Order: sequence, then C-alpha cells, then structure tokens
Amino acid sequence: MEKRNLTCIGCPMGCQITVEMDGEKIVSVTGNTCPIGDKYARQEVTKPERTVTSTVVVRGGSGPRVSVKTKGNIPKSMIFQCMEEIDRVRVEAPVRIGDVIVKNVCGTGVDVVATRNID
Amino acid sequence: MTSYDIVIVGGGPAGLAAAVAARDAGVESILIIERDKELGGILNQCIHNGFGLHTFKEELTGPEYAYRFEEQVLQRKIEYKLDTMVMDISHDKVVTAMNRTDGMFQIRAGAVILAMGCRERPRGALNIPGYRPAGIYSAGTAQRLVNIEGYMPGKEVVILGSGDIGLIMARRMTLEGAKVKVVAELMPFSGGLKRNIVQCLDDYGIPLKLSHTVVDIEGKERVKAVTIAEVGPDMKPIAGTEVRYTCDTLLLSTGLIPENELSRGCGVEMNPVTSGPFVNERLETSIPGVFACGNVLHVHDLVDFVSEEAARAGANAARYVQEGEGAGEAGEEVRLVATDGARYTVPSTIHVNRMDDLLTVRFRVGAVFKDSYVSVYLDDERVQHMKKRIMAPGEMEQVILQKKQLAARPGLKTVTIKIEAQ
Amino acid sequence: MYDVIIIGAGVTGAAAARELSRYKLSVCVLEKEEDVCCGTSKANSAIVHAGFDAETGTLKARFNVRGSEMMEELARDLDIPYKRNGAMVVCIDESGKDGLRELYERGVANGVKDLRILDRQECLAMEPNLSENVVAALYAPTSAIICPFMLNIALAENANVNGVDFFFNTKVEALTPFTCEKCGEPVWKIRTNNGEYRARYVINAAGVYADVLHNMVSEKKIRITPRRGDYCLLDKTAGGHVSHTIFAQPTKMGKGVLVTPTVHGNLLVGPTAVDVEDREGCNTTAEGIDTLIARAGDQVRDLPMRQVITSFAGLRAHEEGGEFIIGEAEDAPHFIDCAGIESPGLSSCPAIGEYIGAMMKEKLGLEEKEDWVGTRKGILDPSALSLEERNELIKKNPAYGRIICRCESVTEGEIIDAIRRPLGARSLDGVKRRTRAGMGRCQAGFCSPRTMEIINRELGLPYEEITKHGRASRLVIGRTKGVEE
Repeated sequence: MEKRNLTCIGCPMGCQITVEMDGEKIVSVTGNTCPIGDKYARQEVTKPERTVTSTVVVRGGSGPRVSVKTKGNIPKSMIFQCMEEIDRVRVEAPVRIGDVIVKNVCGTGVDVVATRNID
Repeated sequence: MTSYDIVIVGGGPAGLAAAVAARDAGVESILIIERDKELGGILNQCIHNGFGLHTFKEELTGPEYAYRFEEQVLQRKIEYKLDTMVMDISHDKVVTAMNRTDGMFQIRAGAVILAMGCRERPRGALNIPGYRPAGIYSAGTAQRLVNIEGYMPGKEVVILGSGDIGLIMARRMTLEGAKVKVVAELMPFSGGLKRNIVQCLDDYGIPLKLSHTVVDIEGKERVKAVTIAEVGPDMKPIAGTEVRYTCDTLLLSTGLIPENELSRGCGVEMNPVTSGPFVNERLETSIPGVFACGNVLHVHDLVDFVSEEAARAGANAARYVQEGEGAGEAGEEVRLVATDGARYTVPSTIHVNRMDDLLTVRFRVGAVFKDSYVSVYLDDERVQHMKKRIMAPGEMEQVILQKKQLAARPGLKTVTIKIEAQ
Repeated sequence: MYDVIIIGAGVTGAAAARELSRYKLSVCVLEKEEDVCCGTSKANSAIVHAGFDAETGTLKARFNVRGSEMMEELARDLDIPYKRNGAMVVCIDESGKDGLRELYERGVANGVKDLRILDRQECLAMEPNLSENVVAALYAPTSAIICPFMLNIALAENANVNGVDFFFNTKVEALTPFTCEKCGEPVWKIRTNNGEYRARYVINAAGVYADVLHNMVSEKKIRITPRRGDYCLLDKTAGGHVSHTIFAQPTKMGKGVLVTPTVHGNLLVGPTAVDVEDREGCNTTAEGIDTLIARAGDQVRDLPMRQVITSFAGLRAHEEGGEFIIGEAEDAPHFIDCAGIESPGLSSCPAIGEYIGAMMKEKLGLEEKEDWVGTRKGILDPSALSLEERNELIKKNPAYGRIICRCESVTEGEIIDAIRRPLGARSLDGVKRRTRAGMGRCQAGFCSPRTMEIINRELGLPYEEITKHGRASRLVIGRTKGVEE
C-alpha cells in the first residue's frame, strides 16, 4: 500500500493530508478538515490541475503587458505547453478584463482571459 | 484650503475598501490619494490567483480583486487623485500632497484614513556581506519589472526568504524561462502560505532550504554567485555548511515593513512589534480622527482580511465625521495584551461601551504551534479556549470578543490573548 | 595633444582639474569607470578632518589643515552640502589622557585652530549619548562633514564647464615618454582601451591604481595596498544620536571606529581596516560588520544598530610610507604623482588641487582665463523652497511635481537635471549619487524601475543597457516573451 502526503491548498489552513493508494485505487484520505481537502487530495493524486497566470504582450496600450489567466484549471503536466502558447500571443490595446486572449489553450478546452484592463 | 470629510491616503485594497464603506455609511465628501498611476496598489502586480476566497467566494487574481473594488469606487463616484504623493499629514489633519498638475497643495481633512501599505525589507537591513552588484532585487521590485514592465531581471536565480512574494516569484520566473536554483529561509519554518510552497516550489522541483541564509554575494558588476550556509539555533551561519550557487540574480523576500513615515510625522503612537500604529476598537490611532487599516497597520496574510478591516475603518471614520469626536461615550479603556506566543493584537485597546456586538481581534504567533490552544482571558478568568491544529507566524489568527461578555464585567482592565499547550 | 592629462576622476583628480581650468590650458581627465566618484571617493567617512591626526611636518598634515580651511568656501561656491559639526576624540580610560594631550599638541603644531580638551562633564553636556566611560575628549570645532559625492561631482562639473574634457570608460594601459619634435620637450603618449592620448604633462590621480601608473614610468617604485574599510549606514531616525563626529582614541591598532552624523541626516559607523590584494575588492564581510557592531558602542552608547539601512566597503589607497606622494616623479619628467591619497584625502583635495595648480602655473607660465566661472549651482532641492515657490516651479516644470524616490523625496525634475547637466548621470548609481534617489531606507526598491524609465527616455538607452554602475552591471537581461521593442 502506497502512502502519499499532500499539503492541501484549498484554503490557507494547509491541511496535511495522507492518501493511501492501492495501485491506482484510493483506499483512504485522512488529515483533511473539510470536503475541499478530500476532493483536492483525490484530484491531486489522480489528475492534478492548476490555474496558470502570466502576461501577454499588448501593443499600443497604456502598458506593455496585460495579465492573463486560464479561466479554469488545466492539467498540471501542460503548464509549460500553455506558457509557450501564451508567450507567442500578441494583442492590440484596448483589452478589457475577461476578454478571451487564447481560445481553448493547447486543446484543454480552457480559455486564457485577460485579468485587467489595458487602455 | 480645500477640505474633505475623509481623506484616504493610499488607493490600494485597504484605501478602496475604506472609501466604499465610508460612502455607504453616508459620507459624501471623500478623497482617495494614490501615488501610482492607477488604483489597486500592489495587487496590480500580483497577477497570480488565490485572492478573494473569503470575500467573493471565488479565486481571483490580484488585478481582478482590485478591479472589484475599483468598480465600486467608480460606481459611487468617489473622488480620487492618481500620481499624487502625500508629503505630510499634520497633527490637526491637514494633508499636504503633490502631483504634476496641481503642484503642492493642502487639504483639511475631517478624518484621515492611513492606508499606505507596506514595503519590503531591503538587503542593507539584513547585513548580508559581499559585493553590491546589479542583480539584487527585492522580490516585489522584480515582480513589478516582470509583470507590469515586461522585463526579465535575470535568468539564474537564488531567492532568500520564503515570504509569499518570494515563493510567487520563484514560480513566475520559472514560467518566464529562468532557472530558480534554491530558496533559502533563515527561519526553521516558511513565512509563506502552504499553498504557495506546494504550487510555486514543489510543482517545479525548487528546493526550499530552511534554516539557511546567504553568507556571500560575488560579482562586481552583475551577480555571479551566491553562497548559502545553514544557520544554527543562534541564527549564525555554521562553518563548513556553505554551498555556492552560480547565478545572476538574487531576490530577497525577507519581510514586509508597514510604511509609516507619514504616520510618524503626524505624531501617531507606534507599536514596535507591528511597526504600525496602536489602534483602538474603531481602528483609530492615538490621534482622534486618524484611522489606520491594511498593511500599514499590520502586515496581513490575505487581502480579504485587509478589505474587511478597511471597511471597518471606513465605517468608523464615517461615524467620527458624522457624530464628532465625542460620539458614543468612550468609557473605560480595556487593554489587550498578547503574550505566551501571541506577538501582538490589533486593536490594542477597546472601549467596551463603543464596541460592536462582536469584535474581531487579529494577532500573529511568534513560532509554529501544533495542537495548541488560543486562550482569551478577561483579567484572570479564561473565557475562550480554542484548539488549533497548527498555527504559524506566516498566518494571521483571530479571536472574536463579545460585547455582552466584556460589558458584564465592570472594571475590566485587560483582555489577554495567549497560546497554551493545554 | 593636451597640455595636461589627469588620470582619475576621483576627488583628487577633479580638484586638480578644477584648479587647472582657471588657466588658458588644454586639460582632460581620463577615467576608467563610467562616472566620476567611483573609487575611494565614493566610500569613505565623509569627514573634513580638522588636521590634528597627521604627524607634524608631513604632507598629510599640511594639506589637511589647508584643505579644511578652504572647504567651507568651496562648498559655498560649488553648492555642496557641508556642515561644520565639530569632532570629539573620546578618551574612555584615565590612562588615555596623556595620549589625548599629545594629540592636542600635535594639532596645535599642525596649525589646527580652536582645539580644546573637554572634561567628562563638558563631554556629556555636548553629547549625552557618549559612553558612560568617557573621561575626557579632544574637541575640534573646525571638523566638518560633507557629501563626498557632491564634492567630487561639483568639482568635476565645474572643471568641465570651464573647458576640461572628461573621457569615461577609458582605462590607461601604457604610458610612453617621447620628445616633442616641435618643442623638444618631454611628452607622454597614453595608450588606453579607447585610443591614444598625448599630453605634455600627466597627473597621476589614480587612487588605488596610482602605484601601477607610477611604476610604469619610474624606477623609484612605490607600493599601494588597498586598505578596506566596512561601514554601516543607519536610518535618518538614528541621525540625531550624536551631533558631532565621534572618534575613538587612536591606538597602535589604528584609528578605530567612528560614529558621525552625515550631512544628509543619517548616522555613519565605520570603518574597519583590513589590507586586501584586490584593488576592486570592496565587498563587505561578515567579520567586518560584526566588528562594527561590536566596536561601535565603545565611545557611543545605545547605538541603534538595528536601524542599519545599508553596509558598504571602501578602499583607501595606502602607500607603504604612510604619506601622500605629491609632485613630479624624480626620474620621469612631466609625470606628476598624487599618490597614496588615503585619509585625510577627502579633506585635503582642495589643497592638493591648489598645489597642483600653482605648480603647473609656475612650470608652464600660465595665464588665467578672463571668463573662468568659479561657482556652480547644484541640482535644485525643491524641499528647500516655500510652498509658493515650489508651486511656481511645478507650474514651469511639472516634473518637479512627481516624486520618484519616496524615501528621500526626490522628484523627477531633479533626476532629469542630474542626467542632463554637464557630466550627467548615465546609471542608477550615477543618479543616486547626484540626487540621493535610492539612497533611503528602501534602498531603491521603489524607485529603481521608475528611474530606469527616466534614464531610458532621457538618454535613449534601451532598458537592457541601463546599468547600476557601468560596464556589465546591467539591471535587466531583456524583455519577457522574447519580444524586442
């Protein structure tokens, strides 16, 4: 039986969670203090995901970069692939908060959106 | 001289939330003075997510969180001045400020809300020996360069200090193509949030070396290498544990200092533990009508708590303006004492007569405590005793005091908050 | 061909340049760094010594006392922050009183005015924060504090305005004597990384490198050892801890650690004294800083060493004879040394300049220029203006309404002035030494991106080429996202 120790990131509590695994199968989740922890731990050992935040080049705006994020989580293993796509994008000002900057980034089904306004 | 009922110094998260709350409490004449070219303060460069879980029940990035409050300020048509530096606040609440278009000008304020935030501790204050080449940045300066200006400070990075900005910048520099070689932390624990250690270091295989510090910086022009050594319980480097990392950049994330030059100039009494003003239950400083909130008062872990605290300061400032100084007979003053592991409390005094039914008292602990109790004593009697699985200096703690409980004890002198093993 | 080439743009070279700029003469200064004031002149105790310390009859004593006499007027003429705050050499042991008396007598013999021995009570009345152990002190009211950067910069600027050329990033590699075909006089050919220069006279003001240059042309070798001194600079909130410059009594182990207010209101504690090999070895060390923290309290109590905002190290050009070497090299005609200029070099520089000027006047039979301008206006300090004057200024030039360095309240207008004026700043440190932007308690955390933006705009220098202090001290390596903009 394999044990995996995780730090929950669901909230600032940072619960220390232990997941017991039997191969691919989760046997138990302990140490969490709320359902978010349980969900996080199960997710993290099977299909870890992250939100990626970065910036994108803006031309003709009040600043040279606009901050962006993936609108939802993407697979952790695809962070650098997404970054490559984000790095290549060039947008023209103005940009509004929530504007889609990259649609369906790297085929994840998740859009990259602006997180601020650039006039 | 122009006058405003409330002048708010700083248009970051604290200033914005204070302004909104003051307006909602019915004060028309409010001015926010912001030194940068936009509202939002440091949140504009904090492009990572994780803000707003408490306030908005969703995860926002820094700029998005700021924008929620900016919108509220704009909707309420609250006045603000950008690119404007407050130069002085006098004891009788005359605010002197300056910008390119208005020149230097003075405003008479009915109440002042201090919301200037904090700044990073620089290398000099740490007495790190070595050369003084280019390539040594505080993490926040590097964050501004990367996220706002779009410049890369360097490509091989060592980070001293595991404060949140340092951790966030470890990930950010990595995503922008730099190699972050190590994060060294002087203390035996990290000052940063757990999620940041997981998502910013562990995810990218960046080692975190606790009880380590920088003992030498090489490079006469640009940083060439940094040497890190383990420290003993006395915080002094242990000979023979030195490891040299070649790098071109050293980022420092070794603590935040409330930015209280204006408060000191104004004559506000300062708490040496927080480096922020002493405040009472209304978040009012030792000068009546001068309030403080956010990181200028004490460094917060989460912006949500800044907003919440600032809203209280805004509402109290409004009440001060509307009701005058004598509003609500102050009555006896109760002192709050932090001891046995609790380092400080905000507020530090309470007038029981004037307090809300429930009063949130925030504090930090001085070390990591596991399976310990947060206890509240009214004079000698313990009235609260809450078990906490873990408490760490990096995170703020809170207790909630009930007015009726305090009011039931005439002659109450002190409320003591302490950490107990049992 | 220049009449005179000065090697080194520190205080000595700059003072010589300014004196020579009085005359009808072609002069240039060659400096290996990107700016003036990059060596010994930038990291020292910032004190204009009264002159009781050096042995009577030495050049050090003579130039120090004369320099100290000249400095007040020079500071007024060139708009340099200067304050005659007086110094105390504090004796903390009865057995030291004889030594104090000796120092007093030496000072009197050197021509230092108004020296006085104070008893314990007088000491504590004048400086309440002196150590409990104080028994007496030598008081030198003529001792002063000055901004060493501004002294250096102002001297160089004024020389430049009066016709002296300055070439930066120009390192002398070889000096070759030859005879001028036209006049039959000895002339110097100077090879540098930036081409060749020729001059009838060379003045060697190369600081810690002065022996290297001297030894290129002379068989009478000299040897300079860089003597490193670590310093701690304390926040302005600690600046009032003492009002006089407080020296320890000199012992066999050296002059000891001093504590002094600076002319800008900080408190300076230092230096240590360690001989090093590396002529650029101005790194601070843990031992050095620990020594300062341990020793600083000997003369002054309750020093708030937690208020340190930065530490730095400087190198003194210590010649093994312990004396200034000033004058024409015996076996190298037309090669004039200003070597071994360690403490009291800053105090002596006006006198050394004056001496070099007089020497050259005699040698070359120089005539004074009719249009020489001996005064200079420094960078305007808006905080010295009234509200009305300040608003007038901002109306004329809005850049004076924008604060760039919040710790020291430096405006964009001042930074632009620092960049645009003669021998203007080209780097972050150049701006810092001229305006104090970045010298405050946050140590440039806030202002450096903003100062970079101004340098970029004013000099058309791409961000990637903006440096902290010249050469390869680049601040950023390029754009994110690999964009070229």
